[in-house]
Amino acid sequence: MIKTRDLKKTFFGRGQTVYAVDGVSVNIKPAEVVVVIGPSGSGKSTFLRCLNGLETLTSGHILVDGVDLADRKTDLNKVRREVGMVFQQFNLFPHKKVIENIVLAQTIVRKRKHKDAEIKARMLLEKVGIAEKEQEYPSRLSGGQQQRVAIARALAMDPKIMLFDEPTSALDPEMVGEVLDVMKNLAREGMTMVVVTHEMGFAREVADRVLFMDQGKLVEEGTPEHFFTNPQEDRTKLFLKQVL
Amino acid sequence: MKSPIKRVWHWHFLTFVILFSLAASLWVATKKIDYTWRWNRIPQYFFYNAETLLHAPLDGQVLTIDAGGGTAKIVFQGEDGTQKIFKVDSESLRVDTGEDLFEGDTLGSTSEWKAGPLMTGLLMTLWLSAAASFIGLIIGLISGLCRVSNNLTLRSLSTFYVELIRGTPLLVQIFIFYFFLGTVLDIGRVVAGISALAIFAGAYVAEIIRAGIQSIPKGQTEAARSLGMTATQNMIYIVLPQAFKRVLPPLAGQFISLIKDSSLVSVIAITDLTKSGREVITSTFATFEIWFTVALLYLLLTSILSQLISWIERRLAISD
Repeated sequence: MIKTRDLKKTFFGRGQTVYAVDGVSVNIKPAEVVVVIGPSGSGKSTFLRCLNGLETLTSGHILVDGVDLADRKTDLNKVRREVGMVFQQFNLFPHKKVIENIVLAQTIVRKRKHKDAEIKARMLLEKVGIAEKEQEYPSRLSGGQQQRVAIARALAMDPKIMLFDEPTSALDPEMVGEVLDVMKNLAREGMTMVVVTHEMGFAREVADRVLFMDQGKLVEEGTPEHFFTNPQEDRTKLFLKQVL
Repeated sequence: MKSPIKRVWHWHFLTFVILFSLAASLWVATKKIDYTWRWNRIPQYFFYNAETLLHAPLDGQVLTIDAGGGTAKIVFQGEDGTQKIFKVDSESLRVDTGEDLFEGDTLGSTSEWKAGPLMTGLLMTLWLSAAASFIGLIIGLISGLCRVSNNLTLRSLSTFYVELIRGTPLLVQIFIFYFFLGTVLDIGRVVAGISALAIFAGAYVAEIIRAGIQSIPKGQTEAARSLGMTATQNMIYIVLPQAFKRVLPPLAGQFISLIKDSSLVSVIAITDLTKSGREVITSTFATFEIWFTVALLYLLLTSILSQLISWIERRLAISD
């Protein structure tokens, strides 16, 4: 579904070069849940943002459903509507009500009728468990509720893949659960997911595969059992010792 | 326990006393220079009752007069047998039924309320500022978008425009528009005045819009793009509506400035409020009263605009 080949992303700034993503090659299969973990600054968020073209690649290739994002002729907007993204800071549109947040892109990008888009939005709000908030503005919602709206907003586009960029990192501890529950349900329904997170419990329970990144490089990958019980690399062992 | 909100009246009283004593000392000062205030002469420069005399068009006779109500209907028959009906104010009626008239005799007069110079000046100022604000907003929006564009040429051109206009005095720009562009392109003085004001305001609006757009968090654009929206859709549906809300207060300030700056176009002989004021002074010598009145009228325009914008602000605040 997503294939990356020797993906590189370099930032230049203030006289120094930062290799944020340094030669990552992975192959994500349909219905697979891949969790990316690693210390902060390891390039996992940048890697994720590359997958839907929010960052332009320095070199390498990303094939989403066979379409190469590095090809200049590729219409990124077309790819992006197939790839949903959930952000750490929710990024709901504050000037629109909850329901309009979900309806807007459906009508202008997917060209759906407003009525159909609303029906879909209500169904998704029901699914993430906040149907009663549809007429509220995002500022009146708690962090957990906002993040669930953000997930509903991404799902409304019927994406083939969902990317999650530290979806629970900005939440109060008691709200983490409600968002993780929504994500677990999604995984169970067979959604292809790439999740950058610090929630080791989630990784262990839901992931089909765990990727460990450090300094832009893919250090180790494997099943959760392998990863949490029998890591091979020293860097992985050190990281796990610190977080668990 | 006493609420801390109470007991503010003595501060209001102090404010009032200070303002009152300022006004009183001004009044005393004018007493010393022996100035006669003639406020009663001012209203006629807003509206006056214009009298039009009606005359008999040719020799003839008054057939009937129907003087019901405030207006009298005179049926007049000329020598050649043609009948004409005139309507005049009853009080001004000068003829009787059956009276023979010569050509040019006065039948009576009609009167109507007409706008005086201060009123037409006020309307001109209103028209200048409204037109210049509207065009300035459009110019500002376009060049503000150019300022944040990815295209280097658009960015350079809009930066050049903003620097050029902000770096030169408005008065000089008005002269250039009127004497140079007005002559070269053959445009009238009002058009020249409005263009100068609009282009001047546009440069400031552009910077306000740019600041507004840049104040919207990057995450909003990323969220919009990740949903598959194009850059244009993102701008129209996500960034600009949010930016508009933030730039309303500085925009209000800019348009209030524009109303006041419009007084400068009186130098190219556009009869706006300031110019009318000067003209009225030449015929009344009521210098003090007129300038106070003119100032008050500008204040009226600007406060209406501020009220309007703060109303819009309150309307937009519901999503906060």
